[in-house]
Amino acid sequence: MSQSASTGVPVLALEGVNKSFGAVRALRDVSLELFAGEAHALAGENGAGKSTLIKTLAGVHRPDSGRVLLDGGPVVFHGPADARDTGIAVIYQEPTLFPDLSIAENIFMGRQPRRALGRIDHKAVRIATAALMARLGVELDPDRPARGLSIADQQIVEIAKALSFDARVLIMDEPTAALTGSETARLFSVVETLRAEGAAVLFISHRLEEIFELCQRVTVLRDGRWVASEPLAGFTQDALVRRMVGRDLAELYPKQDSRVGETVLSVHRLTREGVFRDVSFEVRRGEIVALAGLVGAGRTEVAQAVFGVDRADAGEVRVGGVVLRPGSPTAAMDAGLALVPEDRRQRGLVMEMSIERNIGLTGLDRLGRAGLVKRALERGRAADWAVRLQLKYGSLADHVGMLSGGNQQKVVLAKWLATEPTVLIVDEPTRGIDVGTKAEVHRLLSSLAAEGLAVLMVSSDLPEVLGMADRVLVMHEGRLVAEIPRDAATEESVMAAATGLTDGAGGADGATGGAGVAGDTGAPGPAGDPAATGPTGATGDAAASGHTDATGDAGATGPTGATGPSGAAEHTGEAAGAGPAGDPAATGPTGATGSTGTTGSTGATAEGTRT
Amino acid sequence: MSVTIEKPEKPEQPAAAPETVRSPRSARSLVDAVFRAREISIAGALALLVLFTWIAEPRFLDGQGIKDLLLNAAILVLLAVGQSVVVITRNIDLSVGSVVGLSAFACGKFVSGTDHGALTVLALGLLVGAGCGIVSGALVSFGRVPALVVTLGMLYIIQGVDYWWAQGEQINAADVPQPVLDLGSGSVLGIPYLPLIAFVVLAGTAYVLRTYRAGRELYAIGSSPEAARLAGVPIRRRVLTAYVFSGAVSGFAGALWLARFGTVVADNAHGWELTVVSAVVVGGVAIVGGTGTVWGAALGALLLTTIGSALAVLKVDSFWEDAITGALLLAAISVDRIVRVRMTRALRKRSAR
Repeated sequence: MSQSASTGVPVLALEGVNKSFGAVRALRDVSLELFAGEAHALAGENGAGKSTLIKTLAGVHRPDSGRVLLDGGPVVFHGPADARDTGIAVIYQEPTLFPDLSIAENIFMGRQPRRALGRIDHKAVRIATAALMARLGVELDPDRPARGLSIADQQIVEIAKALSFDARVLIMDEPTAALTGSETARLFSVVETLRAEGAAVLFISHRLEEIFELCQRVTVLRDGRWVASEPLAGFTQDALVRRMVGRDLAELYPKQDSRVGETVLSVHRLTREGVFRDVSFEVRRGEIVALAGLVGAGRTEVAQAVFGVDRADAGEVRVGGVVLRPGSPTAAMDAGLALVPEDRRQRGLVMEMSIERNIGLTGLDRLGRAGLVKRALERGRAADWAVRLQLKYGSLADHVGMLSGGNQQKVVLAKWLATEPTVLIVDEPTRGIDVGTKAEVHRLLSSLAAEGLAVLMVSSDLPEVLGMADRVLVMHEGRLVAEIPRDAATEESVMAAATGLTDGAGGADGATGGAGVAGDTGAPGPAGDPAATGPTGATGDAAASGHTDATGDAGATGPTGATGPSGAAEHTGEAAGAGPAGDPAATGPTGATGSTGTTGSTGATAEGTRT
Repeated sequence: MSVTIEKPEKPEQPAAAPETVRSPRSARSLVDAVFRAREISIAGALALLVLFTWIAEPRFLDGQGIKDLLLNAAILVLLAVGQSVVVITRNIDLSVGSVVGLSAFACGKFVSGTDHGALTVLALGLLVGAGCGIVSGALVSFGRVPALVVTLGMLYIIQGVDYWWAQGEQINAADVPQPVLDLGSGSVLGIPYLPLIAFVVLAGTAYVLRTYRAGRELYAIGSSPEAARLAGVPIRRRVLTAYVFSGAVSGFAGALWLARFGTVVADNAHGWELTVVSAVVVGGVAIVGGTGTVWGAALGALLLTTIGSALAVLKVDSFWEDAITGALLLAAISVDRIVRVRMTRALRKRSAR
């Protein structure tokens, strides 16, 4: 194996590869070269085609045209086993393990060391696994079943799998997304060792600093096209981002100004054991609130618990001030909630049904009488929304499976918007759809918000979060750790909170913005039931400082920060009764900081910043 | 298939334990305990049942009683072994009952009035069954038709072929050559051949499932088909093999049926497929695949047979047999569910630590 980097023949390469899925062109004329002893980064936005590229290298997909080259010669992989047998190891974003089998079996499935007569040498398997675990520096029992392993541990098992067959090419699709800092460092040292031993590495990460830390060369993809391949030395993060985005951000994120109205959704101390804890926030009319965080931080789970798909263990959800019956999506729908799920193929649509039927699903009781569905009404509803959302389709009777990803997403949106919700929860609204449709979806969300809809948007797409949200809630390991208003939200401040890092500046900014927003909520707070809206009100504004400050100390103190202001808000309620009712919310942050005097909102800002 | 018998029930684990490198064994022992608990509790229930019946009616356990019990159980155990292999891959084979019927009739037709030996009959049964298994397996694995539908269809097709062929006719014991009948009634060291054969197949299958890559891959497929695909497991080939095995075992059992009863009509083993599936599930093979052992399935089959025999001996209405089987089935599935949830939680806590 060649030790020298980037001289000679690439170990693995793609040459002019095209790949389409139905109408979606995932890869167009993409080329890539991986050299022995070199770590190569693959950069690009979500939906740029990175995953498809990896799956092509891994033998999962076969290119429609173009070639895969191994050591300079063309190869055709008939399946993942072929690729593996040539020494290509792939670590997918979502670990794929056998939950019922032991860790040792997971690692060596199909490749177990054998004794005479082809019998598996169980002892050798176990010893080899223990050795791999030792090499990775983790304490995992080789005999333990994979069921119930944390994501980080599952990732470790995947890495051990790659190590176990001395991979020549190691491909990693966002392996660090769910890892803590020390776990990431451990992973990097292992990768570094492999690279020094002459393996070629292909690395995908949304954290640009990781790319710069680990890799020597980068290939950028945009909308399925190859943009550039160049050495990272002398490159800056900004330059890389420009290559990845390559277009005007404002055009992609057409954010309209909207008047923020009263609170419609308030979530109070929602907890689901082992998944997320003590999550409180609220969403107001006309507002787009983003729920950001790393994969596995619990965002989707929160959205599902709010909608009642999963039952929360504790806490409550109020819509328009009325407590929602937990664990009942029907009740949530009746209250005016709508959830556009993350996985549209599995959960958002019935793929075998027509466009009109899919759109009709959420309102069957309104499409006719006595339990019968009137076809004319069903079609009318679908036609209506298809026009409003500029759906591109042949006939409304076509299967949704025939539509492109973006148009499928529009059907899901239509299906839920047709219920005329007051709160729309969208989970990864633009994952895997093309840029044009993406902008349309953004425009739609923005105009809906302008019409007074409250939008809660779960998104892993950082530019989308920054471009669309009025406020950004950030989750880290199941806790809500920061609330960042639009003008303070930057890639750095959101990522810092998402990774559980301290960010002083972000905290101060958060406080400023929080007080600014507080002016709007001030009125409903004391006006309604003070005991009930008090705490949630506090989460909305004062907690902006509370939460971010809590992050400053440690991620774990998040909930303490949240309860602190809520207690303070009750005082506010009393103070509001006595003092001038005009500016009660401004006292919220002040009260929270424990300082004296009722000052204007600027004063509150100063206090907030001090904390 | 190699039928080496060397105490296949997890032989090397206790020996290997001290050599394992510094890893805590707690998680393993937890899981082990859970599954061993399943097999032990079935064995316990079986023992209690036998004891109770024996006290009520001592003839239940005299020489002939035990022999009858074993003979009755042998065929069901065989079928349960075949079915387990399919169920472990997250599939199901509902055609086993009619395969037994067809194979028994075909074998009877073939040997009646001739002097063919026992081995010929067994080989024929095996081939008939394997043929049926290939068809089901190919439809499930290559045709990607859901297993439930395919094997339900096969159940009726095979049954239909059998009825059409038999035309109301039956094979009489008088026409079956003596060597074949001897296989059904003879014994070695006082143990009848049938249970011995069933045990050999059981032990061999258990060993292969544990010790060969192909066996482990069956579990992998049942545990997570997607992960199996990415791990390069030849899923279709393995699933096809599982069906061929299940079919072959059923056909083999059909030949044994002929040897045991001599008289064969068209609808032998009619409705047995559901008893077999019950036995497998009661024995701890998860219906969603991935877990369970053929030992457990065999114990399940033994338990169901014993219940039937015990009720007959105690002169209880045979209606109760079905009801008890149903109750056991529901209990087994509920226990599975609870245990799985609890265990996941326990393991999660362990890894959170």
